[in-house]
Amino acid sequence: MSQVTYYTLPNGLTVLLKEIHTAPVISMWTLYRVGSRNERTGTTGASHWVEHMMFKGTKKYPPGILDGLIDRVGGQWNAFTSHDSTMYYETLPAEYIHIALDLESDRMTNALFDPDETESERTVILSERQGSENQPTFWLREEVRSTAFKVHGYHHEIIGDAHDLTTMTRDQLYAHYRHHYNPANAVLVLAGAFDTDDMREKIESYYGKISTGTKPDLFSRPEPTQLGERRAMVERPIKTAFVMMAHRVPQATHPDWLAMSVLDSILTGAGGSIDNKTSRLYGALVKSEVCAGMSGGINETIDPYLYTISMTLRDGHTHQEAETLLLAEFDKVCQDGITPAELSRAKKQARANFAYETESITNQAYGLAQSSALGDPTWHDTYLARLESVTIDEALTAAQRYLIPQNRTVGWLIPTG
Amino acid sequence: MMQTLPNTKTITRDILPNGLRVLIYETPHTHSVVISGSVEAGSLFESPAKSGMVSMLASSLMRGTHKYDFNALHNTLEDMGANLGMSSGVHKIGFHGKALAEDLPVLLELLSEALRHPTFPTEEIERLRGERLTWLNYRQQDTGWLAARSIREGLYPDLHPYHYANTGTLDTIPTISIDDIRDYHATHFGAQDMVLVIVGSVDSAQALATVRQYFADWDNPHQPIPPELPALISQQPHYDRMKVAGKSQADLIMATLGPSRYAPDYHAAVVANGVLGQFGMMGRIGEVVREREGMAYHVSSRVDGGYGPGAWRIVAGVHPDNVDKTIALCRAELARLVNEPVTADELRDFQSYTTGRLPLQLETNEGIANSIHTMEGYGYGLDYLMNYREMIDVITADDALKAAQAYINPDNLVIAVAGA
Repeated sequence: MSQVTYYTLPNGLTVLLKEIHTAPVISMWTLYRVGSRNERTGTTGASHWVEHMMFKGTKKYPPGILDGLIDRVGGQWNAFTSHDSTMYYETLPAEYIHIALDLESDRMTNALFDPDETESERTVILSERQGSENQPTFWLREEVRSTAFKVHGYHHEIIGDAHDLTTMTRDQLYAHYRHHYNPANAVLVLAGAFDTDDMREKIESYYGKISTGTKPDLFSRPEPTQLGERRAMVERPIKTAFVMMAHRVPQATHPDWLAMSVLDSILTGAGGSIDNKTSRLYGALVKSEVCAGMSGGINETIDPYLYTISMTLRDGHTHQEAETLLLAEFDKVCQDGITPAELSRAKKQARANFAYETESITNQAYGLAQSSALGDPTWHDTYLARLESVTIDEALTAAQRYLIPQNRTVGWLIPTG
Repeated sequence: MMQTLPNTKTITRDILPNGLRVLIYETPHTHSVVISGSVEAGSLFESPAKSGMVSMLASSLMRGTHKYDFNALHNTLEDMGANLGMSSGVHKIGFHGKALAEDLPVLLELLSEALRHPTFPTEEIERLRGERLTWLNYRQQDTGWLAARSIREGLYPDLHPYHYANTGTLDTIPTISIDDIRDYHATHFGAQDMVLVIVGSVDSAQALATVRQYFADWDNPHQPIPPELPALISQQPHYDRMKVAGKSQADLIMATLGPSRYAPDYHAAVVANGVLGQFGMMGRIGEVVREREGMAYHVSSRVDGGYGPGAWRIVAGVHPDNVDKTIALCRAELARLVNEPVTADELRDFQSYTTGRLPLQLETNEGIANSIHTMEGYGYGLDYLMNYREMIDVITADDALKAAQAYINPDNLVIAVAGA
């Protein structure tokens, strides 16, 4: 695997370059260090709405022009907002990379936020939220999260609260953009078929002229210690019952995160391209025919977040049954730990998933961007080596430390018909 | 650098004496291998009273075989970080697997076991049935699923296999017996016209030898020839609005019968559709409904044609108050599509979009395997990708207009709305 070239422009823009010559394609990712965790009550959803407004034009690229720019050359592009960051990407034939460089360097500081366009986008975003609300599990997830976090910005949905989406003003959005979008708060990642020296020159020509930025103060409030188990109940007019159980776990750069990641693989499956039919919880919950399905996962986040397990109940079974079975599995792993065979398999599966995911140039660039979001550009590339070092004792310690009632939030989605 | 698209010279193709078509493409820069393909045993043969049986069968294939019970099968796969799954459609049973390249022989052995020697254990089938019923119960309040069902039933008469959800229904799933599944497998599964695509860091000759080892002796002389699809007449205008409690939004689908992939004007229809609801921010309807009116996060159109005539559909998620206006705006755009040719700029934009993105679609082993399976499955020939640009670039605005006129009558649409 080729080396990553890492440097910073005088205006503060961080750049990561990785040559990959397996296909005539380049993937470019622009990351801004602002996400929903940095939003205050009243402007929840601002980061995501700003992401939408970045597609609504600049003076150079008026609305309507931007839309076809990447499609026209056979590329793909999109953007997404997470709890921790906002990312924009373009993957396109290598000879057209100048289009991405030009449009991204332009909209870093020149997005218009036209008042009429902003209003039009308000209803689009409300429609996006309403589309999610049509899924009953959205309400459960929102309730569990806001119950688990009382203070930290992780408590609200990335898309924002419906009230804030109705009342937020164009000026509040524009202020959010101006505060967070500048070279010093951004990371530019390119991976693909290019010559590094040549690409450095191109980047200088497009980004060097942007004024020096100042790293913004990022609003964030740490979550106080949880003092006991919390519970959330949601009723919806459906026929299927769900249980969601979340435990607070450390951030992705914490040494225990990897041990929790191994535990998750053993409990709910490796995820990615690998099935979960030999996982412990599939056996306890699905093979027992209490649940029709089960999934779990741990997120890569800047601040401590949640390890979440979701269960879909089969008809005729109760929330309490599923919860009892799950807690019994937690007790087992906290008492007996994991076996050498389980640890070995979790590591092999992680290696396989890593190999699959990094075959795509787009995913390789994403890995670098996501690592940068976490504050460690090597996080992704060193992931496997660090995972290899996880021991049986560390997994046991992590289970005993985090899978306890004092870290727990339980949500029930109760069907009302 | 230049990228050579997979073609006749770079794809190894062999047809075994039993009719199995094997296609292998080497990607030595990767670490993995993907297998993908299909068996000629879709729900086309299924009776409406047993709707969902073939889908249950497909899901049952990975529940136990003569050599591997459920645990052994999945332990073998998951121990090596691999996957192997089955899917079902009207025309085919599909399969897809992925593993590290060195594990290809094991993956092929498991595929052979699952397709040729499933045991359909009672305990596993009953568990699967319960999971399916839970899933179907959940779908009764799923607005997208309800709208799609209404469109299917509005476009295709009840004697047509496309009328039915291949997942089955709450009424049919309980009636499907293990003997039904076992008999169907014995009769319909065989290597004749099966397609097996292998893409990855493999040696083609070795891979082919392994395929022969596991499949060359598979012969089912009773394997039936798929029946012809019933002829279709144009649908009648239909409007179905379903109120679903507890929803914030309405899922809207507006559809008409479109072309199959074998229709001479299929690619012209794809170009017309690209202008209507694909290019840029979801084409003309995206521009009007989302960008100008701000009424939907998602609105787009697609041509679903496959082995038979699929729906040509517009799909949107809108606030209930905006349903009628969205329908009117989309209907107006359909009228424009059939009344005037697309502009030269629109035509050129979509042509360069659909041909320019080929390298991106072929970025992964999955993408290459899907493309090769499409070429083989539809009989396009293995130089289809090489010829694709030329084939699309010769389509004129008049061709796109004629294709739109052939399938779309803005006053004769099947419309379904489910939600608040």
